Amino acid sequence: MKWILVLPAVLLAQESTVIQNATVYTATKSAFVGSVAFTGGKITAVGGKIIVPPGAKIVDGTGLHVSPGIIDSHSHIAVQGFGVNEGSVSVSSMVRITDVIDSEDIAIYRALAGGVTTANILHGSANAIGGNNQLIKMRWGVTAGELMMEGGTKSIKFALGENPKRQGNPTPQSGGVARYPATRMGVEDIYRQAFTETRAYQKAKADFKAGKTTMAPRTDLKLEALAEVLEGTRLVHCHAYRGDEMLMMMRVAEEFGFRLATFQHVQEGYKIAKEMAAHGVAGAGFSDWWGYKMEVADGIPFNMAVMTKKGVLAGVNSDDAGLMRRLNTEAAKAMRYGGLTEEQALALVTLNPAKQMKVDHLIGSIEAGKSADLVIWNKPPLSSYAVPQKVYIDGKLYFERDKDMSDRGRRAAAKKALEDQLKQEAPAEQKKGGVPGRRGPASEGTAQ
Amino acid sequence: MKHSIWLVAALTYAQDSYFIKNATIHPVTGPEIVNGSLLIENGKITGIGTKLVAPKNIKVIDAKGLHAWPGMMNCATQIGLSEVSSVRETNDTNEIGDFIPQVRAVVAINPETEHIPVARSNGLTAVLTLPATIAFGGGGGGGAAAGSQSIVRGQAAVIRLDGWTWEDLAMSQNAGMLVRFPVIQMASFSFPAGRTEIPFAEAKRRYDGEMRKIDEFFEKARRYQQAKKAATPNFLADVQLDAMLPVLEGKSPLLIPAQRERTIREAIDFAEKHKVKLVLFDVRKPGAQLARIAEKKIPVVVGQPTDLPMDDDDDYDAAYSLPATLHKAGVKFAFATYDNQFARNLPFEASYAVAYGLPMEAAWKALTIDAAEIFGIADQTGSLEKGKSADLFLSDGDPLEMRTQVRMMFIRGKNVSLENRQTQLYKKYLARP
Repeated sequence: MKWILVLPAVLLAQESTVIQNATVYTATKSAFVGSVAFTGGKITAVGGKIIVPPGAKIVDGTGLHVSPGIIDSHSHIAVQGFGVNEGSVSVSSMVRITDVIDSEDIAIYRALAGGVTTANILHGSANAIGGNNQLIKMRWGVTAGELMMEGGTKSIKFALGENPKRQGNPTPQSGGVARYPATRMGVEDIYRQAFTETRAYQKAKADFKAGKTTMAPRTDLKLEALAEVLEGTRLVHCHAYRGDEMLMMMRVAEEFGFRLATFQHVQEGYKIAKEMAAHGVAGAGFSDWWGYKMEVADGIPFNMAVMTKKGVLAGVNSDDAGLMRRLNTEAAKAMRYGGLTEEQALALVTLNPAKQMKVDHLIGSIEAGKSADLVIWNKPPLSSYAVPQKVYIDGKLYFERDKDMSDRGRRAAAKKALEDQLKQEAPAEQKKGGVPGRRGPASEGTAQ
Repeated sequence: MKHSIWLVAALTYAQDSYFIKNATIHPVTGPEIVNGSLLIENGKITGIGTKLVAPKNIKVIDAKGLHAWPGMMNCATQIGLSEVSSVRETNDTNEIGDFIPQVRAVVAINPETEHIPVARSNGLTAVLTLPATIAFGGGGGGGAAAGSQSIVRGQAAVIRLDGWTWEDLAMSQNAGMLVRFPVIQMASFSFPAGRTEIPFAEAKRRYDGEMRKIDEFFEKARRYQQAKKAATPNFLADVQLDAMLPVLEGKSPLLIPAQRERTIREAIDFAEKHKVKLVLFDVRKPGAQLARIAEKKIPVVVGQPTDLPMDDDDDYDAAYSLPATLHKAGVKFAFATYDNQFARNLPFEASYAVAYGLPMEAAWKALTIDAAEIFGIADQTGSLEKGKSADLFLSDGDPLEMRTQVRMMFIRGKNVSLENRQTQLYKKYLARP
C-alpha cells in the first residue's frame, strides 16, 4: 500500500523539461537542430524530433545553442585560504582536499556563469606526491557536502619538475631549510621509495589477513592512499611539463604495476605522444601557456591537436579561476592551432575530461541516461562571442543570465545599506582603502 | 651619386611592394571594401579601393576569400625586455631607484626575442613595451621580475614587430613615462609566501610619504626646467631631471596604472596640478570617475576584460563589460595584456568585450587606430589609408574568432614570416614517426 502511494509522488516531483528547437552539440556527434529532454536530473531523450512527455516544461531554444556542461579537470577554487598545498613533506598522500572545500567561494558562481558544471579540485604541486582531490559540481548556494559529485572517482595529485624540487633549493626569501628532493633525479627516487614502502605495507596487511603474522600492521593513512593507487582504485593526476619527466613517471608506474590517469599541464605531451598512447595516459593541459618559466619554454598551442592526432586522449583545463570561466574558447583554440574539428575541440572540455577522470558514464556529453548538466548559449559554444544564458546541473537551473542582470539593482541597494550601516558603526581609521587585485599567471597549486 | 640612390630605391621597391587584390578590406577608419585592392609601394600604402590597376612588375597577391586588416597593437607588454618572466637573468624590467625617468625601455629591447614572432602570428604588428611590470595594484611585485618598486619608472617605447635593431624596431622611442602612483596598499604579495596584511596606519603612512615624494620630485623637475630655460649661470645639467622635460612640456604623457576610482581621481588631480598629459592604464573600476575621464578626454588602456572582477561582490561580468561601458561614455581606449606570455591573445581580449556589449567597430578601433592615436603614431600606422605604413595582415575570417587563421602579414610592406619556434616544434614533432 505504501509503495503504491509513494510511486506517483516521485513521478509528480520529477517534472520533465524539454529544450526545443535549439542547435544541439552533444560532444559525440555533429551539431543538429533539435531537442533535449530531461527528468529527475537525467537526460531522457535527445534528437531532431523527440516525444515530449506530457506536462513537460518547454524551454524555447530557437536561435540558441545547447552544449554539455563544461568540465574543468584542474581547478583550485573553493579551497579554504591558502590550503591547497600541504607543502611540509614530499609525500602527503594522507591529506584530502575534501576536508577544506569552501562552498561560499564566489569563483564557483563565476565558473558556473561561464558554463562550468563540474570541476576536479586538485591538491597543489609542491610535493612529488600530493594530497587527494575532490570532484565538485558548481551547485552555487549549497553546503560544502552537497557540492561533492556523487559517484565521482577517487584521485591523487602527483607533481614533477620545478615545483616539487623548489623546496630543495631554498632562497634567502623563502627562508627555509632544504627539503629533499632538489632535482628531477630525486623526484624519481621519492616515487620509488614511497611505492616500495607501500608494497611492504600491503604485504604486512596481507600476511596478517592470511594468519601468517599475529599483529595487524598499524594503519598508515599515507600508505593507504598509495595502496589504492597500486590497486587501481585511486586515479593519479600528475602535474608535469617536460617530456623527459613524464617518460620517467610512466616507467616508474609500469615498474610498480599501475597506470597513470592523466598528465596535468602536459606542455610537452606532443613530444612523447607515442609513449603516452602506449602507456594509456591522457593529457590534460593548457591551450596556450608558455614563456613564464623554464619548464614551459617548449609549450606550444598545437599540443592538444598533436596529442589528439597521435591517439592521446586530450583535454583542456584551467588551473585558474579566471580562465575557468572561458574554457569553451580555450578549447576552440585547438581549431586555430592544429586544425581540430568543432566536435574534437568541444570534446576537449566536455567528454574528454569526463573520460580522463573516469566519470564519462555520468557526465560529459548529451546522451540519454547522463546527468542533465547543460549550457544554453546565445552563440555556438566555440565562438568567441558565446555567452552562457542558462546553466543546468542535474536538471536544475543554477544560472540564468537574465535573472543575474535583473537582480543587480537589488544587490547594489543591499550593499549600500550594509555600507551605510558600517560607516555609522566603524571608527574612521578602520575604513579600508582599496585592496589590490591579483595579476599574473595564476596559481597552479603553488601559485606558480 | 644619383645613380646609386636610384638603385637602392629599386631594390627596396622589389622587396616591399605588393598588389593585394580580391580582398575584403577593413580600413577601420572607413567602411569595409568588398573585392578591393591594396597597393603597397616601398613599404607604404599608396592605393586602396576597387578600381586599382596593378603596376607593372609588382608582386600580385590574390586574396580571394581573405580579409585585410590593419595590424593590432598591444598597449602594455614587456616584449623585448623579458624573455622568461620567472628567470631573473632574462629580465630587464624594473630598474632600481624611486625616480628613474631617464631609464629607457627602447635601448634594452632584444630584436631577436621569441615573443615578437609569436605575437605576430595572431595579427599583432606593434606593441607598447613598458620599462617595468605592472602588477598587484599598480605596485611592483610579480615574481622574480620584480627588481624594484620605483615610482617614476622610466620611458615606454612603441615597437613594430619586425626589425633588425632596436632603432629599427622603434616607432616611438619615448611613448610615455610610466609611474607607479601611490595607493594605500593594505597587503603585500610575494611568492611563495602569498599575501601579507599591512595595518592601515602603516599603509597610510607609506602612502602619505610617497605622495609627498612624488609631488616634490615634480616640483623639482619644474624648477629645473625653468632654470634651464633661463640659462642661469650656475645651471648644471642633470640626466634624471632632463628626462622629465618631455613630460613637463606636454610632449610625453604620464602612463599611470590606476585600477580603482580613488587612484584614478588622484592621478587625474595630480596630472592637472602639474599640468602634464595622462594616459590611464589597467582601469578596472572607474566608478564615478568615468564621467570625468570622458569629459577630460583622458585616454585609457583598459584592464584585461578576461581578468576576474576585482571584488567578490562585483557583477560576474564586470571586467568583460567594462570596454562597452567606456565606449558608451565616449572614452577613447585601447586593449592590452600587460604581459608577454599572453600578448598574442590580444584579439581575444577584444572578442570578450564584444561578447559582452562592445560594438565590433569600436573593438577594431581600440585594437588599431585608437591605440595608435593614444601613443602618437597614428600618422604612421593604425589604419589602412593612403600614405600610412603598410602594417597589415590577411586572415581567412574574423580575427577575433578562435578558429580563424592569420594567413599573411606585412610590416612596412615587408611580407613577414608567421613562423616561430612553436610552429617549428609543431612540425618537427608532428612528423615524429
